[in-house]
Amino acid sequence: MSVDLLQLLVSSGLVISGIFFVLAGTIGVLRLPDFYTLMHAAGMTDTLGAELLILGLMVQSGFTQTSLKLLLVAFLLFLTSPTASHAVANAADHAGLKPLLGKYRAPSLEELKKSREVKR
Amino acid sequence: MNKYTITLFVVLVIYWFILSGYFDHTVLLVSGAISVLIVVGLAARMKILDDETAPYLHVKSIWYFAWLFKEIIKANVAVVKAVLSPDMEISPSVFYVKMKHDTDLGRTVFANSVTLTPGTISVRMYGGQMMVHSLLEELTDIAGFQDMGIRAGKAMGDKMTFEHQDVKPSRATKKKLKK
Repeated sequence: MSVDLLQLLVSSGLVISGIFFVLAGTIGVLRLPDFYTLMHAAGMTDTLGAELLILGLMVQSGFTQTSLKLLLVAFLLFLTSPTASHAVANAADHAGLKPLLGKYRAPSLEELKKSREVKR
Repeated sequence: MNKYTITLFVVLVIYWFILSGYFDHTVLLVSGAISVLIVVGLAARMKILDDETAPYLHVKSIWYFAWLFKEIIKANVAVVKAVLSPDMEISPSVFYVKMKHDTDLGRTVFANSVTLTPGTISVRMYGGQMMVHSLLEELTDIAGFQDMGIRAGKAMGDKMTFEHQDVKPSRATKKKLKK
């Protein structure tokens, strides 16, 4: 197996797993019930999803200046994304938004249909 | 000429080389050196060269970030499982973690680590306590977070002597919580 093929395989594997985490984060943003829980899904997209994507691109470009620049981008994202998450959560807390506590289960399809019929 | 000056100088030189990529153009190298010196000189003249602008990290602290990356992956898998399962059984909760950090750098790194770990967000701090919002029951591990705080403090060269105080939330925040 040549080095080029190995590089391509590793980088595409990293990019695909990064895309998987971004997709899961997006589904989480759509599904989760409450502002604070929604923040977790949004943060997940920022951390592992974006980092894995950048790591995959770094492997693809090899030992060049481009990969060093990508490392800089990854470092910046690593520092700023938790700060932004914390700032938004802190602002919500400061404004007096109370978090949803206790156990939560997503409504099943039958329950959703019933609630719609009641509304009609 | 203290260690912050040297740190800022070295970081700016590395930054210039990464962004430009020139090693053999004399004119560009000289102008890069001049611009780095101007920035360091201005920062020294404004007296903002301290722990905040040029944090001095020990080389050993890279082990802490390697350990943190492992924790991030573990927590990420748990959150992805919970979000993608059809029932989506989550149990959001709020808990408090005590901190013994003396320096702002230690506190910031610890709070950022908690937020970076998916499923937990640091919401607020007062009197050496940090309020953490957690998504899943299995991630609500107070002892584990205190261990993470000690590791973060050690990696940042913190002496961890801050005495914990039981500061109650102010009346305004209490009113807001009652609403």
